[in-house]
Amino acid sequence: MDELNDVYNELIMEHSMNSYNKKKLENPDYSEIGHNPNCGDEITLEIKLDGNVIKDMAFSGHGCAISQASTSIMIDTLKGKTIEEAKEIIKTFIDMIKREETDEENLKKLEDAIAFRNVSHMPARVKCALLAWHTIEDILNKR
Amino acid sequence: MNAEEIKKDFPILENRKISYLDSGATTQKPFQVINAIEDFYNRYNANPHRGAYSLSIEATEEYENVRTKIAKFINAKSREEIIFSKNATESLNLIAYSYGMSNVKQDDEIVISIMEHHSNLVPWQNVTKATGSKLSYMYINENFEIDDEEIENKITDKTKIVGITHVSNALGTINNVKKIIDYAHKKGAVVIVDASQSIPHMRIDVQALDADFLIFSGHKMLAPLGIGVLYGKKEILNSMSPFLMGGDMIEYVYEQDTTFAPLPNKFEAGTQNVEGVIGLGAAMDYIEKIGYDNIQKIEKEVVSYAVEELSKLDYLDLYLTKNKENHSSVISFNIKGVHPHDVASILDGEGVCVRSGNHCAQPLMRFLGIDSTCRASFYIYNTKDDVDRLVKGLKKAYSMFEKYIKK
Repeated sequence: MDELNDVYNELIMEHSMNSYNKKKLENPDYSEIGHNPNCGDEITLEIKLDGNVIKDMAFSGHGCAISQASTSIMIDTLKGKTIEEAKEIIKTFIDMIKREETDEENLKKLEDAIAFRNVSHMPARVKCALLAWHTIEDILNKR
Repeated sequence: MNAEEIKKDFPILENRKISYLDSGATTQKPFQVINAIEDFYNRYNANPHRGAYSLSIEATEEYENVRTKIAKFINAKSREEIIFSKNATESLNLIAYSYGMSNVKQDDEIVISIMEHHSNLVPWQNVTKATGSKLSYMYINENFEIDDEEIENKITDKTKIVGITHVSNALGTINNVKKIIDYAHKKGAVVIVDASQSIPHMRIDVQALDADFLIFSGHKMLAPLGIGVLYGKKEILNSMSPFLMGGDMIEYVYEQDTTFAPLPNKFEAGTQNVEGVIGLGAAMDYIEKIGYDNIQKIEKEVVSYAVEELSKLDYLDLYLTKNKENHSSVISFNIKGVHPHDVASILDGEGVCVRSGNHCAQPLMRFLGIDSTCRASFYIYNTKDDVDRLVKGLKKAYSMFEKYIKK
């Protein structure tokens, strides 16, 4: 029960229900749909690059609080980072959720996204937390 | 027996202090079923139909006795009309391939309802695409029911097959299958009834319904996972080609040709799920012991209490018919503005098991203009306590989300 309250905390709730990152970008460089067929969650991620730097990002779509908040907080974390830095952070987040990364120093680079740490103990919700991160991983790998 | 007493027969409900409200997905199993499976392995296990020794003959008898039991249970004319399968999905695929592919021609129509489970929908898309025929849908009205008018509009002289769920797994609506069958027969179509969500709760009589095919899964009616049933009228089954080829479904096999076994073996290729069949036999005994009248009484009490209590929560959307007599034991709902997956997680934290998602009915969800719902489904071991726990959990979920919900 404590885990639940940890996951559904103020930060995650705000981002999930009223995210300022939920909007459309003008002329994004990349746009990609992420989909969880089991629960029907669907997000569209948009990215604008400035050379090697993620200049702006936004998302649209629908899903549970965890998938929506994870998307929004991911955007906050990755905006302004270089693509190499972003790839490193994405890997760390995915590893954290899979319980393969527990080093506190490494986890610090996740900034607010560390709030999803307890999702690693909720197997039913792992996919929700990872949806956006796998989607952006796809975009960056395709580049 | 009341629900409180029945509950004591289900070890898992004693071992885990949960409110199990997902019987629409699969029911829990009474110790009578669990023991029957153990007893089979302790005393009768051998491959039926294969050995000349007495153990194999006993295994064959145990297996075939359940076939006879099912025939009586659903009032089939003969035991050869009962085919064992893996589950409802396999039963439906068997019909789609062995009947649908060879009896539906270009420009014919297959009619199903918008509330079908994917298992009674995707196989028909496959058949219509392969044969150049058309798949059309009977839609529901604002009360989540299919109007008589809709039945008569959609089933036409071109209709060759009608697939209809007896009870919707997502809405709990009890469909008027008798009306659909009678009308379809007038138009010369055969009707497949998906009884997966009805047979755990109500007496099925295939002759009174005049169903051409009727299918169900064992695991939603107290039996183990992995055993399903296909009923078909003998003359139709006889006219069909086998579905799977292999051992036990043959008569003579030559290097280039094979003749097939008569019913029911023709449709049971390979070694079957004998423990599943034995468990299904024990499950039907259990249902007969409780009695359908009693099952209905127990469920009516707990489901009407649940509807009453959930209706008091003004932040809920309920997706169910207002006609109580047309509503079974499934209640779909959403907290307005909150995703069902979050609600289900919070309920899980309170020890309440509900399903959240599209319930293998994406076209229905799209028709209703929603992505998914939470679903509480009830059975004979559920009590008003379970409803109270559900309501308490929902109040908690709402309180967690209340200040963030966009009004």
